Amino acid sequence: MHNKTLAELSKGLASGDFSSSELTKHYIGRIKQLDPTFNSFISVTEEQALAQATAADSRIASGNTTPLTGIPIAHKDIFCTAGVKTSCGSKMLDNFIPPYDATVVEKFNQSGVVSLGKTNMDEFAMGSSNESSFYGIVKNPWSLNCVPGGSSGGSAAAVAAQLAPASTGTDTGGSIRQPAALCGITGLKPTYGRVSRYGMIAFASSLDQAGPMTRTAEDAAMMLNIMAGVDEKDSTSMDQPTPDYTEQLNNDLTGLRIGIPKEYFGEGLTPAIEQAVQSAIKEYQSLGAIVKEISLPNTALAVPCYYIIAPSEASANLSRFDGVRYGYRCEDPEDLLDLYTRTREEGFGDEVKRRILIGTYALSAGFYDAYYKKAQQIRRLIKNDFVAAFEDVDVIMGPTVPNTAFEIGEKSNDPVSMYLEDIYTIPTNLAGLPGMSIPAGIIEGKPAGLQLIGNYFDEGRLLNVAHKFQQATDWHLQTPASQIKRVER
Amino acid sequence: MEWETVIGLEVHVQLATKSKIFSGSSTAFGAEPNTQANAVDLAMPGTLPVPNEQALRYAIMFGLAIDAEINQRSIFDRKNYFYPDSPKGYQTTQMDEPIVGPGIVEVQMPNGDSKSIRIHHAHLEEDAGKSLHEDFHGSTGIDLNRAGTPLIEIVSEPDMRTSEEAVEFAKKLHAIVTSLGISDGHMSQGSMRFDVNVSVRPKGQGEYGTRTETKNLNSFKFMEEAIALEVERQIDVLEDGGSIYQETRLYNGETKVARSMRSKEEANDYRYFPCPDLLPIIIDSPYIEAIRSSLPELPDTRRSRFVDKYRLSSYDASILSSDKSTAEYFETVFNVCKDAKLAANWVMGELTAKLNSESLSIHESPISADNLGKLIERIIDHTISGKIAKQVFESIWNGEGNADVVIEAKGLKQVSDSSELESMVEDVMSKNPDQVANYHNADDVKRKKMIGFFVGQIMKVSKGQANPGMVNKILMQKLKD
Amino acid sequence: MSIEKSDIEKIASLARIRVDQSAVPEIANRINDILKMVDSMQAVDTADIEPMANPLDAVQRLRVDLVTERNQREAFQAIAPQVEQGLYLVPKVIE
Repeated sequence: MHNKTLAELSKGLASGDFSSSELTKHYIGRIKQLDPTFNSFISVTEEQALAQATAADSRIASGNTTPLTGIPIAHKDIFCTAGVKTSCGSKMLDNFIPPYDATVVEKFNQSGVVSLGKTNMDEFAMGSSNESSFYGIVKNPWSLNCVPGGSSGGSAAAVAAQLAPASTGTDTGGSIRQPAALCGITGLKPTYGRVSRYGMIAFASSLDQAGPMTRTAEDAAMMLNIMAGVDEKDSTSMDQPTPDYTEQLNNDLTGLRIGIPKEYFGEGLTPAIEQAVQSAIKEYQSLGAIVKEISLPNTALAVPCYYIIAPSEASANLSRFDGVRYGYRCEDPEDLLDLYTRTREEGFGDEVKRRILIGTYALSAGFYDAYYKKAQQIRRLIKNDFVAAFEDVDVIMGPTVPNTAFEIGEKSNDPVSMYLEDIYTIPTNLAGLPGMSIPAGIIEGKPAGLQLIGNYFDEGRLLNVAHKFQQATDWHLQTPASQIKRVER
Repeated sequence: MEWETVIGLEVHVQLATKSKIFSGSSTAFGAEPNTQANAVDLAMPGTLPVPNEQALRYAIMFGLAIDAEINQRSIFDRKNYFYPDSPKGYQTTQMDEPIVGPGIVEVQMPNGDSKSIRIHHAHLEEDAGKSLHEDFHGSTGIDLNRAGTPLIEIVSEPDMRTSEEAVEFAKKLHAIVTSLGISDGHMSQGSMRFDVNVSVRPKGQGEYGTRTETKNLNSFKFMEEAIALEVERQIDVLEDGGSIYQETRLYNGETKVARSMRSKEEANDYRYFPCPDLLPIIIDSPYIEAIRSSLPELPDTRRSRFVDKYRLSSYDASILSSDKSTAEYFETVFNVCKDAKLAANWVMGELTAKLNSESLSIHESPISADNLGKLIERIIDHTISGKIAKQVFESIWNGEGNADVVIEAKGLKQVSDSSELESMVEDVMSKNPDQVANYHNADDVKRKKMIGFFVGQIMKVSKGQANPGMVNKILMQKLKD
Repeated sequence: MSIEKSDIEKIASLARIRVDQSAVPEIANRINDILKMVDSMQAVDTADIEPMANPLDAVQRLRVDLVTERNQREAFQAIAPQVEQGLYLVPKVIE
């Protein structure tokens, strides 16, 4: 059962091949058996999952269903779930049980989707390796001594290891696409404002966006159908039409104009990944697409720009974790200042503290213009690059990440080299554009990702372009089966 | 040396919206602690703000009332600081691009002068919660019901030179916001709070002295006291050869003592930046014009109307037009009694004194405007004298019924029956034969004085109820005989 | 631009994060590495560029003034570190 896509599971449930309860039990069983090795879950909500599955089975029996009713998925532990611990990968929220659901979670619940639990992540989504989680590192199912990427590393690993057929993730600078690439799955970061951020614990509010992590583009379309849409509780969610994303999947690609940004193929890109991307582009040409070289001249400024904007926003977003109303509070505070400073020293991990300090510095008196304002201006230059490019092309393609999965510990003492992991994914967040990573090769046993970048609110086309590739190739069907077998034994 | 005081005000006004500025929680005053603080107000993780349109409209109404520029684009910023009554660790406010730009407030002084105070800008922001310092075994309790209540902060230029000007300016702002109905203006509930920036300089000097800020004054009286105290302190320091440091001060209205809260060196670095959870507010001219066309009568318009229609002095008119409830009260009194002069005197005199002594606002007055009008009517129709009216006023205040009921029950009706008065006059004359004889021997000037003696005696006998006009007439008649 | 040890103490105090004296040099080094990387921005002429706070340059929606929330104090305070008589407690605040 765990080898099936969402689309296949949906058919199986509809035709009565298996029930939601059977399916849910099957996945819970796999998590119990395998996840002690991968550590992709922070919480497994077996009881709640089985109750949801039973409810879903009655819905199916009464015919009151949506395409995903009865299918179990996993939520990144950044989405608030009523009555279920929501830690955001931090000691700060280790005891936090929100009395409310994130809008995304609420939408899945209303659709009758079953939640298996909450997946591991870099603390407060700050990281590209999942090594900053309070709940320990996550192992890449393709290579157990490698990282799964981050920050949605648990969500990616869970889907890759087939502990869940799909999961939710969030992407601030690449946190869906980079782990999707490193774990050989499909990940979509929608346009900023496409999916509600309400109840999704904020890292950098102007960059954060939730999206699906799945095995196929078709599955991502099914997930996005539930997730997308304006939310009156999120002022930054946009009132744009939400098409049925599964309807456009099979559109013909003849005449599709693909832009290849030369800046995405420079120094630092692993040659084998470049080859994988080039073969994918050839595949698209054979599907009728036209390939053009384009330039996004300000690409090199994206990482510097991001490492001012994201920490600045984060420094304010994380001020609410003060030990007063919820979450961690230090023992026996002497006075108010001690309560604040010790709670935050003890509750936050090193990377989070580092980013809060950078953001505080960038916003402080005398530095604002040189850092924050400058970064916002450069952000516009980066957006303008894309706007100009999309006048000539329909979709932009390149590598998702410069390398395949790196070894656990390899970059944890070198923040800057870790930050450069996101060099190809960050520009998309700064511009607010939708981006996707799909499997496009396997290099020395580790997956390589192809990144697709679309125009604003053009997720339908991105999914179509990804789906056609997946119809023509089988990279997305590759699984770390031999690794998983070894763990099973 | 002669010193000049320079005063600027920052005024926080709570807006009278039903719900908070960024959430659907109630803003009602006086609820049980934290029962009106929900996920957004408590800064629960992942929650997001959505602005209340009514708060925006109220801010625009204020801007239009002071002839200010309304900015068609305004943005919300985050002001970062840690304090337990600020649950997000930042206050959502407006810094560089506020909704209301520069404007002017005209202030009438008691001596009849008027003065223009420039407004630098006014912006929208959220109120903080409350810290309750009563003892919880060495802890402070935090109530976040108030957190997120919409405020406008009105920032004046340093255009005031005396505490009287500052107080009249503050009263004028109170008059404007209550007339607009954008705030309930309840000072005792914190609906209007003042931060006062004060500096002094030698008279004639061009540049300003170093200023201090005294925060969170919640009455006109405290504001006046705090300014006086601070001016005195600054002059003392300077005359002793010391210098003034820029600092934030607190004034305690109970103990009448002020102290330093924090100096500039410890001043916070608020790290303002545009709030990424909110987008620019963009409004167009038709939106603004629609609000302009629905503005209620403003205090200045009402003041000129009072001068024209009721022939009141400019200062009397400005007092009576200051807030909507006072103005409405006065006009109701007038509509009943039809005598503007008497109505104005009673509202500004007897009623105001009594309200002040019991710390009541006019809408809490135990005497309705209708009843005060009826009372004045009884003076006009000679049912009672002005003096008796004060006694009747007390009784109405104490809930003994309306004017007619009290006059009837206490038998205070003026005696206008001529035979009854004649017998009173004759009685007094027969008891004071010497005075009558003296009267007859006196010249006209002396006689006038002596009439007063007889009237006084008669009033005494009648317990003040004799109709003084008729008493005079009868007395003159009888003394001639 | 580079950051001094005293800057670390200042920003740590603004951010209300206790930092161990012994950790300051290491934090300063790491932050300096990041600031060095970020410095490439300074070479770009952005004089006429409007800062971009939101990627979509979108406009704020407004909410109708309605009370839509009900009292949930019990649920919220069930997860609070310290409450009494409906109040959140913190160590005594001296203004």
